Amino acid sequence: MAVSELAGLFQGDLPMGSPMVTGDPLLDGPLLWAPLIVVAIKVLVIFVLGLVGTMFMVWFERKVVAGMQNRVGPNKAGPFGILQTLADGIKLFFKEDLLPDRADRFVFRLAPFLAFVPAFLVWSVIPLGGDYSGGRDGIVTILGQQTRVQLADPPIGILLVLAMSSIAVYGIMLAGWSSGSKYPLLGSVRASAQMISYEAALGLSLAAVLVTSGTLSTSGIVASQTTLGSWNLVTTGFIPFIVFLIAATAELNRPPFDLVEAEQELVGGFNTEYSSLRFALFFLAEFMNTITMSAIVVTLFLGGPRPPAIGNTALTIPLIPGALEGTIWFVLKLLVFLYFYVWLRATLPRLRYDQLMNLGWKVLIPISLGWFLLLAAIRVGDSNGWNVIAVVVIALVSLGLGYLLFTAALRVSSRQRDREGAMY
Amino acid sequence: MSLFLRDYLTVVWFGLAAVLLAGLLLGLAAAVRPSHPNREKQMAYESGVDPVGMGWSQSQIRYYVFALLFVIFDVEAVFIFPWAANIERYGVFGLVVMVAFIVLLLDGLVYAWKRGLLRWV
Repeated sequence: MAVSELAGLFQGDLPMGSPMVTGDPLLDGPLLWAPLIVVAIKVLVIFVLGLVGTMFMVWFERKVVAGMQNRVGPNKAGPFGILQTLADGIKLFFKEDLLPDRADRFVFRLAPFLAFVPAFLVWSVIPLGGDYSGGRDGIVTILGQQTRVQLADPPIGILLVLAMSSIAVYGIMLAGWSSGSKYPLLGSVRASAQMISYEAALGLSLAAVLVTSGTLSTSGIVASQTTLGSWNLVTTGFIPFIVFLIAATAELNRPPFDLVEAEQELVGGFNTEYSSLRFALFFLAEFMNTITMSAIVVTLFLGGPRPPAIGNTALTIPLIPGALEGTIWFVLKLLVFLYFYVWLRATLPRLRYDQLMNLGWKVLIPISLGWFLLLAAIRVGDSNGWNVIAVVVIALVSLGLGYLLFTAALRVSSRQRDREGAMY
Repeated sequence: MSLFLRDYLTVVWFGLAAVLLAGLLLGLAAAVRPSHPNREKQMAYESGVDPVGMGWSQSQIRYYVFALLFVIFDVEAVFIFPWAANIERYGVFGLVVMVAFIVLLLDGLVYAWKRGLLRWV
């Protein structure tokens, strides 16, 4: 590339590679009462949905695990025991709230907020439904206002999700540290190392989705997955999906990666010293994170609320208005992953800590990084008319060559160290 | 207020509402729950025996190594994401630059690996 073209890169006069993301059409016009009311309705719906969904998830998990272990599970409160979580929550309201005498009082009180608020904030960028029939692209009409079924549609929606999952680490780390007790401290130290290790793999497998979708906005990512064949699950070649799913399980501290609250070793882990509603906030945040993370997987890889479609014919549910159909598909896809997480919990034994770290750093990060570079090379080669097979072969050969060069360099250096008698 | 920021403004208000909800729940619980603290209840929990020594201890250096490596990969992600979203705009030039950058960082990981820093002992 010539220097003049290089200068052009920084002046921004190159053709746009991706369509410009405009955000939610609701917020484009002048701010009147109607848009504000629509936003207020959305906020209310998401709060209700978040809390009810979390309660459902706790019940669902207990019931499914019970079924897998030949037990009945909760069956007293309400039909099928569905109100069990509500009963537990009401009980926690009337429990005494204890503050350990060695605790850091301010941070101890702050930590539940740091876990709870980010868990809720993730909801704001997830496309929860929409009308995808007849090329409407997810836009629905509420109170005469054109809008998307998601609270906000910032151009960097998916970065907001990553940021929130980073802040959740603070909640857990500070909760354990501020307790002034040994089990919580151990749990929180484990949690911080585990969550930052897997966040790297999470971000890198997400980059593969960005290569195929060409946008960071969640609604844009959904819009790019029009048919079954263009679901990112297929276009990124399954590997980023698997890496993302494993890394997400580790981020959520769910089994088999639940070393943070390994009951047999650490009592309750980071929340051992918490009781009453402060504990309930951590509990809520944890299950809400499970739901939102599954929703993110659906958004990134399975087309979000879009109905499955082959070519131009989309699968439609009869008797349901188009505006509700997206939500139904979204919930169906979500349930698959929620069931998957419960299944993992019932099936797999917990990993050892060194196995956990090895999996994260030595398997997931190199795989996702290598796959990402391969995808990027294929994409660039595609737009320049290169042969796909040649691109893959050259990429693999250069990767192997690089590895051989590196081991050779390492061998030379260790031989020199031996000769000089270095002791480190 | 520019149009660009309105979506973020919604998120901010939503976050404040979440803080309010958590505060409301905690306040409600504070109003209805009993409170009879005594010395035994407020002791740190150590499986039923009296707590030994301080609750805070120094954590091990190996956690620090992983935190340092994480910073490297997170900074990498900051550079990767904008490029990945606009991959065709930067073309072959961008690919070559990015591969050079990632290979340099990957060298760091492989070096740490070979020197045994990733081994959990």
